This record gives sequence, structure tokens and C-alpha cells, in this order.
Amino acid sequence: MNLSELRPRWTWRRLHSIAMQVAMGIAVVLIAIPLVLVMYSVIVKGGAILFKDFPSFLTDDIPPERVEGAGMGPAVVGTLLVTLGATLIAVPLGVLGAIYLNEYGGTGKLARLVRFMALVMTGVPSIVMGLFVYVIWTMTFGLSGFGGSLALACLMLPVVINTSEQMLKLVPNSLREASYALGASKARTILTVVLPASISGIVSGALLAVARAAGETAPLMFTIGAAHEINKNLFSHENTSLSRQIFSNAQLAFDAAQDRGWGAALTLVLLAFILTLVARLVTALATQRK
Amino acid sequence: MVTERSTSEAPKSTSPSLAAPVPEVRASAIDVLMASPVVFDVKNLDVYYSAYKAVRGVNMQVRKNQITAFIGPSGCGKTTVLRCLNRMNDLIPGARIAGNVLYHDVDLYGPEVSATEVRRRIGMVFQKPNPFPKSIYDNVAFGPRINGITSKAKLDEIVEKSLRSAALWDEVKDRLRNSALGMSGGQQQRLCIARTIAVEPEVVLMDEPCSALDPIATARIEDLMRELKSRFTIVIVTHNMQQAARTSDFTAFFTAQLDQGQRFGQLVEYDITSKIFSNPKDERTENYITGRFG
Repeated sequence: MNLSELRPRWTWRRLHSIAMQVAMGIAVVLIAIPLVLVMYSVIVKGGAILFKDFPSFLTDDIPPERVEGAGMGPAVVGTLLVTLGATLIAVPLGVLGAIYLNEYGGTGKLARLVRFMALVMTGVPSIVMGLFVYVIWTMTFGLSGFGGSLALACLMLPVVINTSEQMLKLVPNSLREASYALGASKARTILTVVLPASISGIVSGALLAVARAAGETAPLMFTIGAAHEINKNLFSHENTSLSRQIFSNAQLAFDAAQDRGWGAALTLVLLAFILTLVARLVTALATQRK
Repeated sequence: MVTERSTSEAPKSTSPSLAAPVPEVRASAIDVLMASPVVFDVKNLDVYYSAYKAVRGVNMQVRKNQITAFIGPSGCGKTTVLRCLNRMNDLIPGARIAGNVLYHDVDLYGPEVSATEVRRRIGMVFQKPNPFPKSIYDNVAFGPRINGITSKAKLDEIVEKSLRSAALWDEVKDRLRNSALGMSGGQQQRLCIARTIAVEPEVVLMDEPCSALDPIATARIEDLMRELKSRFTIVIVTHNMQQAARTSDFTAFFTAQLDQGQRFGQLVEYDITSKIFSNPKDERTENYITGRFG
């Protein structure tokens, strides 16, 4: 056997393969460019103000536009409160809805309708949700953090329903049968077998929905107003949020305000990062235990 | 039905390669078998999946503290009939039955009967081991906890007793808190048996419990069945004729028939195991146990 016979040959197939690999490499680089640039500018510009006055940046009141210095406290409190409110509304409702869809509704008319509506709702632009809540809530009860919670909850609900139902679908039917064969009722089976087997997926799905909602701006524009002092009451008076502050500060012509906008942006990114990390951790812990 | 013939005549010879040796049953032994009280009395049972009639006209009596085996080719309705005995078929959308399944003279499908209560008394072990993704202890304690037992001491006692009955205690006593999913397939199946008998059912239904196991694990489960027989009535579906011959007291042979292009399952012959394997009445039974028919 001659070595030259075993060397790779320059066939069309091989050239094609190399060309495709190069194309994929270029695509990866192109995708990475905006990501890296966004992270870079947020970390450099936001970090400059966030870590200069740390942690008072996260707790102080927002100063007047032209005044230099830290302060995003109201926005941090607002974002946490509004998102918490939204989570408390959307997650229980969404998980219960998903349990109904997967365990009780099946292919019934109501279940099919709800499933279809949830799918459609995931595609509704967030600003439409904001307008909707403005009309049904804010016009009557005025600006408050709770209006923002309602709007975010409307956004989160379909996501929570869909991911939770997917997680429940993944629980093998053999586990349900094992439980029924021991004389467990349906409710008992769901509580003690189905939910524990799927809880990690449901929790991480919900946390990702929360992280998404925390960064939403449009639904909060009409619903929470723009406070400059910390407002710990979710149900009355104007509130504010990090996303809302980024939006308004970026429009101002003053360097001090723009800097604070960058700081808010970095805070928001870190918040989403932490939530995503926790979601990953919950999933990892739960799978490890098994 | 049992006739005098089997006692007076030598067993009809069958192909020695497939039919396992079956001890001759004396008249007194037959009397003992037939004297056991009837647990299930199945009368003219038809099972439908939506419009499709999957099983037709099953009549049989399952007797207390005996092992009854269902054998037959794939798709002949063995599992379907088994799942009617504790109403597991209720969970399949569109499944319904005609005829009666009497459990100690009570119609299991009567309007006032709760499927949950039925399944507390008639447990089931499935083809694929299906332990919960919980600890070994929690798997066995699951049933007793459903029944409202919360005392730690009582639960410990039940768990140990059940695992001992399932011949699993010595292997797992030091890792009761470990996940059940870390066990081997044979251990998982014995855990499922322990979990089933922890609720002290009267009947244990087994749906091909050994089909996913190796021969050694299979032998252990068969030993286990013989031991558990004194406490429970056992009905087992098996693809393995030797298993039926080795372990069971009664055997039901099912087969699939064609009727106007529709396949349906049918009970061909039901009798004492030694009779089915040595002196079957129906030609189809004989063909099946001698391997002439697949």
C-alpha cells in the first residue's frame, strides 16, 4: 500500500465541507460582535458610576437631572417591587393553568382554547399589554407600581403557562400510573408525584420569565409613572423602574443623567444575570439529586 | 373445567424442547386449587378502545392465594384484561368495557365504586420498573402515607417489612435515603413490588414484570412470587411460557383473532396450569405451547 493513496483527496465534497465550516465560523463571529460590544459599553460606562458610589448608587434617591452623583434607589426598589408583584400574580396562575391544561383539560374544548390563547399572547407586543392595563386599571386607579405588575404579569403569564405545560408533559406517564396503582387520587398524584418530578423545570422557566419581565420598558411607560423618591408602596403613588430610568435618562442632554442611565443599565443586566444563574442552579441541583 | 381425565391418564406428550416439565397434579391437589375462594369473576368481558373492540367475551374466575398467568402472543389482550381488574384502563381516554368484573361478588365497574378504592386493594407492578424519582424509603412509604400513616416508627416498620418481603432489605438497608433511580433494573423492579405490597393489597397484578430483566433477576422475582403467594393473590401477564409453567397455578391462554379485517383478543382456554401445558383442550393452545404458532 502506497501512502499517497491514503492521503485525503481534494474532492468536491471535501471543499464543500471546508467552505461550510468557514461560513459557520464567520457567522459565529458576526453574532458575537454586537453581544460583546453591548456588554463592553454597558460594563465600562455603567461600571464607572455604579462602582464609584457602591452601594449607595443602588439606594440613594435620584438627584435632579443636572446634578452629578449617584442615585438609582427608587428605580431599584421599583423594579424589585413591580417584578415581585408580577411574579406573585403570574407564576401561581400560570402553573395552576398549566396543571389544568396538562392533567385535567387534555384535548377538551376549553383546554384547546386556553392553550391557543396562551400561544397567541406570547406574540403580543409588550406595549399592547401596557396599553391594555392602562385602559382597564390606570385610567381608573391612577399611576402605581401595581399597574406595572399587572402589565408584566400579562406578559409573563403565557410564557409561564407554556413552559410549565412542557415540563409537566415531560413527566413520564408510568409515574402517574404507579401512583394510581397504589390507590392515590388524582390530586394526590399531581401533588406528590407529578409536581416534584417537574418542579425544577417549572421554577427555572418561571425565573427566566421573571428575568425577561424585569427588563421590560414599554408596559411600564403608561402604568407606573416616574418617581424620584423611593416608593415602597406598590399600590399607590407613582413608582419607577430601572428600565424606565434608562429610557428617560438616555433622552436627556445632561452628562450626569446619562451616566446614571448607564449605571441603571448595568444594574439591570446584573439583575437578569443573577436570576438566570439562580435558574441554572436550581435545575442543576434538582438533576443532581436524582 | 377440570375433568377426571387428567388424573387417570398420562399427560399428553408435547414438544419437549419448549414445554417445561410439569409435575403431574393429583386429584387432591386439584381439589385444593378449585376449593380456593373466587376473587375475580369475569363475565362476558368486552373491552373497547373508543369504537374498536379490542377484547371479546372473556369469562374466567381468579382464585385466592393462587398465581394466575396470562399467556399468549403480542396484541392478544392479556394486558388489556389485566388492567381491567383494577380499573387502570380508566386512565386511557376512550377505554370502556361491557360485561362484568366481579370482585368478591361486587361489580368493580358499578356506579358507586371508586377506582381509587379499588386500586388500594388491587395493586399493580408494571412491565418497566417505574420507581418514583425519590429515595428508596420514600418509594415504599408512598402508599402507606397516602393511607394516612404518618408515625415515623410505623412507617419504618412497614418499609422494612415490605423490603424484606421483596428480598431487597439486605441490599439496600444502608442506603434507604439514596435515590431509587440509582438501583439496577432488577432491584428497581423488586422495589416496585415492595412498594405495591406496602399497602397490603389483597391482589397483586403483574404486567410482564420480568420482561426488562436478566435471567438471574427474573429467577429472584419468580422465587418472590412463590413466597408472596401465601399472602396475596397474584395475576401475572407473561410472554415467557416457561415462566407461566414454573410459577403459576392457573393459566389463561389468549390469542388474537381476525374478524372482518379487525384484530381482537380472545380468551381461548383457561385451566389449571398443568392441564394447559400437558393436555390442552384447544388446538390453538397446543400449537402455541409447542411452538408451532408464533
